[in-house]
Amino acid sequence: MSRNDSKYFSTTKKGEIPELKEELNSQYKDKRKDAVKKVIAAMTVGKDVSSLFTDVVNCMQTENLELKKLVYLYLINYAKSQPDLAILAVNTFVKDSQDPNPLIRALAVRTMGCIRVDKITEYLCDPLQRCLKDDDPYVRKTAAICVAKLYDINAELVEDRGFLESLKDLISDNNPMVVANAVAALAEIQDNSSRPIFEITSHTLSKLLTALNECTEWGQVFILDALSRYKAADAREAENIVERVTPRLQHANCAVVLSAVKMILQQMELITSTDVVRNLCKKMAPPLVTLLSAEPEIQYVALRNINLIVQRRPTILAHEIKVFFCKYNDPIYVKMEKLEIMIKLASDRNIDQVLLEFKEYATEVDVDFVRKAVRAIGRCAIKLERAAERCISVLLELIKIKVNYVVQEAIIVIKDIFRRYPNTYESIIATLCESLDTLDEPEAKASMIWIIGEYAERIDNADELLESFLESFPEEPALVQLQLLTATVKLFLKKPTEGPQQMIQVVLNNATMETDNPDLRDRAYIYWRLLSTDPEAAKDVVLAEKPVITDDSNNLDPSLLDELLVNIATLSSVYHKPPEAFVTRTHSSAQKTEDDDYPDGSESESSVNLANGPGSPPTSSYTIPPSVAPATPPSAAAPVPDLLGDLMGMDNSSIVPVDQPATPSGPPLPILLPASTGQGLQISAQLTRRDGQVFYNMLFENNSQVPLDGFMIQFNKNTFGLAAAGPLQIPQLQPGASARTLLPMVMYQNMSQGPANSVLQVALKNNQQPVWYFNDKILFHVFFTEDGRMERATFLETWRSLPDSNEVSKDFPAIVIGGVDATVERLATSNIFFIAKRKNANQDVFYFSAKLPRGVPLLIELTTVVGNPGVKSAIKTPSPEMSTFIFEAIETLLRS
Amino acid sequence: MPVAASAVYFLNLRGDVLINRLYRDDVGGNMVDAFRTHIMQTKELGTCPVKQIGGCSFFYMRISNVYIVIVVSTNANVACAFKFVVEAVALFKSYFGGAFDEDAIRNNFVLIYELLDEIMDFGYPQNLSPEILKLYITQEGVRSPFSSKASERPVPNATLQVTGAVGWRREGLVYKKNEVFLDIVESVNLLMSSKGVVLRCDVTGKILMKCFLSGMPDLKLGLNDKIGLEKESQLKSRPTKSGKTIELDDVTFHQCVNLTRFNSEKTVSFVPPDGEFELMKYRITEGVNLPFKVLPTIKELGRTRMEVNVKVKSVFGAKMFALGVVIKIPVPKQTAKTSFTVTSGRAKYNAAIDCLVWKIRKFPGQTEPTLSAEIELISTMTEKKSWTRPPIQMEFQVPMFTASGLRVRFLKVWEKSGYNTVEWVRYITKAGSYEIRC
Repeated sequence: MSRNDSKYFSTTKKGEIPELKEELNSQYKDKRKDAVKKVIAAMTVGKDVSSLFTDVVNCMQTENLELKKLVYLYLINYAKSQPDLAILAVNTFVKDSQDPNPLIRALAVRTMGCIRVDKITEYLCDPLQRCLKDDDPYVRKTAAICVAKLYDINAELVEDRGFLESLKDLISDNNPMVVANAVAALAEIQDNSSRPIFEITSHTLSKLLTALNECTEWGQVFILDALSRYKAADAREAENIVERVTPRLQHANCAVVLSAVKMILQQMELITSTDVVRNLCKKMAPPLVTLLSAEPEIQYVALRNINLIVQRRPTILAHEIKVFFCKYNDPIYVKMEKLEIMIKLASDRNIDQVLLEFKEYATEVDVDFVRKAVRAIGRCAIKLERAAERCISVLLELIKIKVNYVVQEAIIVIKDIFRRYPNTYESIIATLCESLDTLDEPEAKASMIWIIGEYAERIDNADELLESFLESFPEEPALVQLQLLTATVKLFLKKPTEGPQQMIQVVLNNATMETDNPDLRDRAYIYWRLLSTDPEAAKDVVLAEKPVITDDSNNLDPSLLDELLVNIATLSSVYHKPPEAFVTRTHSSAQKTEDDDYPDGSESESSVNLANGPGSPPTSSYTIPPSVAPATPPSAAAPVPDLLGDLMGMDNSSIVPVDQPATPSGPPLPILLPASTGQGLQISAQLTRRDGQVFYNMLFENNSQVPLDGFMIQFNKNTFGLAAAGPLQIPQLQPGASARTLLPMVMYQNMSQGPANSVLQVALKNNQQPVWYFNDKILFHVFFTEDGRMERATFLETWRSLPDSNEVSKDFPAIVIGGVDATVERLATSNIFFIAKRKNANQDVFYFSAKLPRGVPLLIELTTVVGNPGVKSAIKTPSPEMSTFIFEAIETLLRS
Repeated sequence: MPVAASAVYFLNLRGDVLINRLYRDDVGGNMVDAFRTHIMQTKELGTCPVKQIGGCSFFYMRISNVYIVIVVSTNANVACAFKFVVEAVALFKSYFGGAFDEDAIRNNFVLIYELLDEIMDFGYPQNLSPEILKLYITQEGVRSPFSSKASERPVPNATLQVTGAVGWRREGLVYKKNEVFLDIVESVNLLMSSKGVVLRCDVTGKILMKCFLSGMPDLKLGLNDKIGLEKESQLKSRPTKSGKTIELDDVTFHQCVNLTRFNSEKTVSFVPPDGEFELMKYRITEGVNLPFKVLPTIKELGRTRMEVNVKVKSVFGAKMFALGVVIKIPVPKQTAKTSFTVTSGRAKYNAAIDCLVWKIRKFPGQTEPTLSAEIELISTMTEKKSWTRPPIQMEFQVPMFTASGLRVRFLKVWEKSGYNTVEWVRYITKAGSYEIRC
């Protein structure tokens, strides 16, 4: 069957180009054809054959389809470099686009669209118009894509000539492939445009879902991808859509399956019925697992996506952990991703099996994989409290193998385990110290030094051990130097004897005089001063209790996760980065409007999480201020902020008011953790502002059968950096009892990166139950400070001084302001102060002032007809980026 | 965006471009140089199939001695791109009659250019069914359906078939004898611990079909799977027949199968493509019959000697037999000398892969041959690290046996002309990744 085209690659000695030229102009058809093939062969290997342009184009007028295709291919490659000559081809193109043979008509249009020469584009319009209405579906499906090509070259032209309308008409075409290509073209055009061009109505949606059944596999991908942007109106519609998409999960094409999964996950956000959600999760699991029997490259894509999916819906694959066990011959990139997912799926139920696997991997050949396996054991220990001991014994077994990099990796993770479970597993320190001299990597060294410093009082020869490191102090990397400095200070504070005293002198001298690393120098100076002025204070600072850490190093920020889930199957989901982070093409304006049209769904988040039902683990991680990632050596980072606090006379405890109202009254608080989810523990909470301070007003009700105690609370990083200013003080709760508390809060403590949102994620634990996670919405009006009242003159001046670009306005069409006085009073209780009122035609205009934290002024103008629905609100502030939240607050206050 | 590619490159192992096609303008023609310098010539190669270099991302796959590289600059659909490559390679193979390698590409470059133009437009995959494409993209080129030459038999409405709802079968097929061949091919994947505990075990099966049927037949396939049987008895309101039923964890179908009908009625109904194709794939984890058990004992006697005993037990019917059984037993790198006895087949030491390779051509059921070997090692002072014992790997084929127990219950063929068809069914079980840790 095979042909022998390779002969066209062979060259003759005689000048090649002239010879080809001669052959191209031969009177014999076959010779001409062979010549064109030789030209294409030369082009393929990278020779420049553009000088033959005219001669090749002359061969274009032919009956022979194969030859025609070759000439067209040549044109696509060289037209750009010969724009003036390319015009020679136009006539043939136009003629071909009217050929009786539909294959030739389509070929002409397809090729013309690939030639990005202005002059040719002009001539493309008429043929394209005809082809969009061609009788033959093959021509129409080609023309549909051609519109997208033309839009890429000249968007205006497409809009002026009405091609967009023709393209939209094709969505109703009776041929499924035409429909699919038209959808693909429209979706791409929409991606690159700032105007709404392709809006999916429920009507188009249902039409396209019907078309799915008859489309080719690729067409199904186009349609599913385009539809995944559709936001269903309510849970019922979402359920309907999902029902029609689920059959696609059985498709043999992995792209169809992933696009269907994407669409189902999007719609699931809206579905409230836990049964339906559970059922869908059950249906999605097998197809996802099946993807792992595809080619390794596809497995890799699938695994990266599964990583995202289990972060949002951990239940989906909770029972399938075995399929992620690594095969000996899996490529390394597949093994690494499987490991990551195994950690995510590890639970008390399967941890024994998982540990056996990890141990097996830790003896394999590939060093990176072995390291990751060891780290995985540590991360499981941090994640699963009950399994920590078993994890540690596996780590100790591995240390005994005495493979250098295994030992080092194990020490790094054991340091994290000590952080997580202080005063629990210190008995193993002796074993660790045996491996001291094998450490040569900075991170492992730093970890070991931290352990020695932290537990100096329990290690008899701690001073000797540290001293052995000190000899090489000046040569060590900064990471190790910082740890050595802190560890020596700790040692000195714990054992203030002569040996340590000498050591500290050496270290401080070294760190202050002989280094040019500012971090090291500054830290040394602070320790020095602290030690010389008040050793007791130094003890409080350096040996302060450290906050508990959690394993979050590989969990994504919820808002990023949302964005990535919309992008399942695409590059974005493989990189775990939003598209803007790696796509450099500039349609930033387009991107922006799109975001506005499709809010990221963060508002629905809290309801969704509850809908997830009991046992749904957190979708995100919880870190504690100061942000100490478990992977970084924590000892040094922890004391520093406290230290600064002390230096600046800002004792944290002074912020907490002494006279906490015992039982704050007020309207009932919204329930955030219903008793059904919290194993009988019900928590209601809301942010409030009292006496110039933000509190978290919480109500705990114990409906379970056991007394609950040891309550602790953590807040995840959030846009406003809200964090607890003191510990949660809840006494033991007997069954049936309830307790209220006002937890003082501080701002700007643990700020999250990424787009601003009003989600506040809370983690709460007690001694009897698992950790509970719930979401609250940050009520922005609690941030308005008491000193927001302004004089009229100041108001006017501030208004004028701010540029107009800082003014943002929004309409609340449904809100009615009934009584003016009542409204003014209500706003005043939330620290929005009335300034003035004026009449403008039949409308009343009110002016208010307020102040945001850090003294940022906020000016508000409300325009309305009193008693009628519709309030227009305009605000002016130096921080207009907060406007979304401000409007939300205004709306809430006006509505209540 | 479901765009799958801005450009496709076929490179040989040296990195020379064999053929390429630019579909979109957003990547430069020389982007492949970046691939060559940043991936092919570095240790990166093979560490990750998706890689970003500058503003472009590269997806690559190696197939025999060819790298297929896709370049994009947008947030492309990676799943779609890789699947496209897989399908395109299958298409090329079907055109070249088998092999896909550097030579095949060079020998068919005109054809490949033609196909690349047809199967993808502006980065969007189009119809890749070999069946249909062969209607109008032919070996000799001139045999186009609309050719003016009278001697050629024009294929009617090729374009309608490319885009039609049954985009995988052409009309007007006539066979003297109407036949269907069904092959049920199962791969058993096993991971067993050294103590004989099954850590992971599953079967991935596929049903391969070869159809030589006239006209536009409608086919319906019945298996002994649980859900299908239950649904059937529901519809016909009679109790399920007793007998073994199989629970399929997951099924995926060729695009010819009507998925919506499968979802509602649980029947597999389809209009098949002509010739050979993969009808469905399935996966089973429960109730797998393992055809072989392997019981290894490996003793390290001091620093320089090892004793290896491996017993392999066939647990399928005594009348059946397995073919091409190969057992690879790993030994340390510093193996100096081996001596062994086997009760069946032949064994030898292969130093290139550090394994004892034990081959048994024909392996009857219910037997248990053993291999016992003594291995002498070169004693090395430097070798501190203990030997990491890779798993024992096994290859085999067992005809007329399915590890899952799956059986075809019926295959019905309807065609409006009402002809009779002959159906043939074969079963075979192969080793997938059959690993026993030791």
